[in-house]
Amino acid sequence: MLEIQDLSVSYGAVNALNSVTITAQPGAITAILGANGAGKTTLLRSISGLVKPRSGSIRFRGEELIGRTVETIARRGVAHVPEGRGIIEELTVEDNLRLATLWCLGRHERQGAIEAIFELFPRLSGFSRRHASTLSGGERQMLVIGRAFISRPKLLLLDEPSLGLAPLVTAQLMELLRNHTDGTDLTVVLVEQNARSALSVSVDAVVLNLGEVVVSDTAAAVAADSGLRHHYLGF
Amino acid sequence: MGLFINVTLDGVSNGMIFAALALALVLIFRATKIINFAQGAMAMMTTFLASSLLAQDLGYWWAFVAALAIGFVFGALVERVLIRPLKGKSELNPVVVTIGLLVVLEGMAGAIYGNASRGFPAAYSQSGITIGHSKIAFSHFDVFIVVAVLVLMIAILVLFRATTLGLRMRASAFAGEISRLLGVRVGMLLTLGWALAGVAGSLAGLLVAPTSSFSPYYMDLVLVYAFTAAVIGGLESPVGALIGGVITGLCISYVGGYLGSGLQPLGALVLLMVALMARPEGIFARPPARRV
Amino acid sequence: MTQPGPADHALDNISWLWRLRLPTQPLLRHLIFALCGVGILYLLTSLLSPYNDYEVGEIALYVIALAGLSLLTGMNGQISLGNGAFMAVGAYTMALLMTHTQLNFIVELLAAIGAAAVMGLLIGIPATRLKGPYLAGMTLLFALALPPIADKWSTTFGGDQGLTTTVPNAPGNINPEEWLAWIQIIGALITLVLLANLIQSRFGRSFRAVRDDEIAASLTGIHVARTKVLAFVISAGCAGLAGGFLGLSTGVVNTGEFPLTLSIQLLAAMVLGGTGSLMGMLWGAVLLVYLPQWSTSLSGYFNLGSGASAYLATIIFGAVLIVVMIAAPTGIQGGLRWTWRHISGSMSRPGAVIPPVSELPGGQSPHVPMR
Repeated sequence: MLEIQDLSVSYGAVNALNSVTITAQPGAITAILGANGAGKTTLLRSISGLVKPRSGSIRFRGEELIGRTVETIARRGVAHVPEGRGIIEELTVEDNLRLATLWCLGRHERQGAIEAIFELFPRLSGFSRRHASTLSGGERQMLVIGRAFISRPKLLLLDEPSLGLAPLVTAQLMELLRNHTDGTDLTVVLVEQNARSALSVSVDAVVLNLGEVVVSDTAAAVAADSGLRHHYLGF
Repeated sequence: MGLFINVTLDGVSNGMIFAALALALVLIFRATKIINFAQGAMAMMTTFLASSLLAQDLGYWWAFVAALAIGFVFGALVERVLIRPLKGKSELNPVVVTIGLLVVLEGMAGAIYGNASRGFPAAYSQSGITIGHSKIAFSHFDVFIVVAVLVLMIAILVLFRATTLGLRMRASAFAGEISRLLGVRVGMLLTLGWALAGVAGSLAGLLVAPTSSFSPYYMDLVLVYAFTAAVIGGLESPVGALIGGVITGLCISYVGGYLGSGLQPLGALVLLMVALMARPEGIFARPPARRV
Repeated sequence: MTQPGPADHALDNISWLWRLRLPTQPLLRHLIFALCGVGILYLLTSLLSPYNDYEVGEIALYVIALAGLSLLTGMNGQISLGNGAFMAVGAYTMALLMTHTQLNFIVELLAAIGAAAVMGLLIGIPATRLKGPYLAGMTLLFALALPPIADKWSTTFGGDQGLTTTVPNAPGNINPEEWLAWIQIIGALITLVLLANLIQSRFGRSFRAVRDDEIAASLTGIHVARTKVLAFVISAGCAGLAGGFLGLSTGVVNTGEFPLTLSIQLLAAMVLGGTGSLMGMLWGAVLLVYLPQWSTSLSGYFNLGSGASAYLATIIFGAVLIVVMIAAPTGIQGGLRWTWRHISGSMSRPGAVIPPVSELPGGQSPHVPMR
């Protein structure tokens, strides 16, 4: 379980997050929704250690994450897929995947794990030796999701995975996420502007506005509240 | 014709030395987008330390290996102590800091060892090899230079292309933040890049010392030639550094052989300007994947 | 700036009065500052010994070289390790004219500026396509490439001996050292007034805009390449004048006066003084002239051998440069400004203190336009 308590982050004089408290359950997707500048990305960057919070605590499976380095947090099973530029364009598709296995898999397990990802995303297998810069938007997203799964994370942080994807591809992606989460011990935190599709697959939902939690409820309840939807989620 | 051949041979062996130092610049530029203007001075320092070891009757090869090892530690130390605090600041700051280091090292070497140029032994004979009845301007030591630099170059390429450590180093250089998110200890690998550059630089220093006037300033010109070579090679690619090194070496050698050695730096300047005008991102660089 | 409200303290009223008394026209204001400088320096030089006059003149000539470099690096974001070589161009031009012609002294100095500026143009054009570290490397190569040329054609350039220079006769009974110091001081003040005006003009704004963001600057209609070349040419011209003055101070012009170290020391003095500030260049020039003396007495204090003491100044210079760059990149002038802001800020508006910029001006200072 991921427990975030009273988390405050500021960039200079600007408060990006103000005393935010959120929990996310294993085996479920928790959607973090809100407009631009609500603090969604900052929240994810705080969890993975890229941003040093001003105060508060972030505990994952009972262990405090704040104060640890990004690398250590990643090695605790936290996979963060940042928005947009998640792939390393200069490396081949296969090297992108292999890089994520280096700390968690033995020398002989790596190739098998890479093959497994290619089975999950058959499209990628044809490009294994191509530079990742040659991939299309959808293929890039497959690669980053595959790379996140390859290290068998316990906590998956996804920042706007639907950005720039066709609606059909987004739907497939969300479906895939749900299939990999339901009934496992994986905790998924999904940051999305595309609230409708995020709510369709998530169990819980949190709405952020200007760095504060507006609502924290089940996804179904948030989706049913038309005033909330209209006010903060734009649908 | 004889002059041409000899000048060409001289250019190749000089070019290989420039390539070694250019490789050091490339290793650092890839990892941290910094040009280490103190690289030559660092090599000068390790070579002076090697000469001190030689004066203690340590064998040549022990001193040689010791200089490379000191170069490794020195490179790592410089990155940790001087370069890391500059992270995230203007690209001009590292220029100034590495220049400051250059000044300090040359001053220290001058204070300890004096200004006068001294001798440094070569691993093998420096007199030209005799082919048939004529002696060419290529000695056994020149052969050693070419072999040593090629071995270093191949070792670096194997490291980058065929090992997971190399994969991690490339990933950290290209995309530090993403690599960290994938559990790669980027900070350590950047230090390793500087350390390897220290080794490559030390090798260059050891190879230049016997053939030049070995004083605290003997690497100044070698550094700017290596810079020219690295820029021609695109500053990102070890193979580019090798090719750039040989091109620069040949160019310098022809200028020296036909116009006089005083014009060699000017020749390098013209070469650098022409190269930059023709292709600012380097002749062997991949077209830049510009991120907007 | 907002209008001072009624709640503001006395200090603001004083500064308001101060502003009222000075003309708002930059040229006039700078001229008044310069005239005050002339007055103070007149008293100074007439009180000082001839040797001190010589030092004051040296400070003045280094101020000129540093101001040009500061314009290039601080205002325009280009870094040059070759301004010592531009000084050499100016010095040799002036000395050659003195040797072979009977031209007016002023004309010779202008020719020194012009020749260095033309050289700056040659180097500056390819430099416009280069980012910071590339340009630094190219100018470093330039600084190393130029002196051997004078050695190569030693009949023209005088070889090791170099060329001799003559200071024009002093009017009246002023002693020659004082007269030379005066020439150099006036040259420095004219340079500073011109540069201060340039910085506040349209050109100055485009220099800073290019420094902060080349793409944004080009979108507002600034010709980026032309602006960068112009900054380079001005910087080289300043170095040329400084080089001519250096030739006058030493009486001869030879390559030994323009080693790579000179270019590096200029960069170091600029950084220590406070990159981008004209006032800071005075501190930098003082350091350039006096640090070798201080370090000699320091090494005497520590009983270092004469061999080591010669290098102490160099080592201190480099070490201070590194420490300043890591710990206080705005240099001496930045430190003074920060202290002043802290004092005046705590007296008037505690919230209004701008933190010191944590790096060389490279685009993130809080008060630059275009961001």
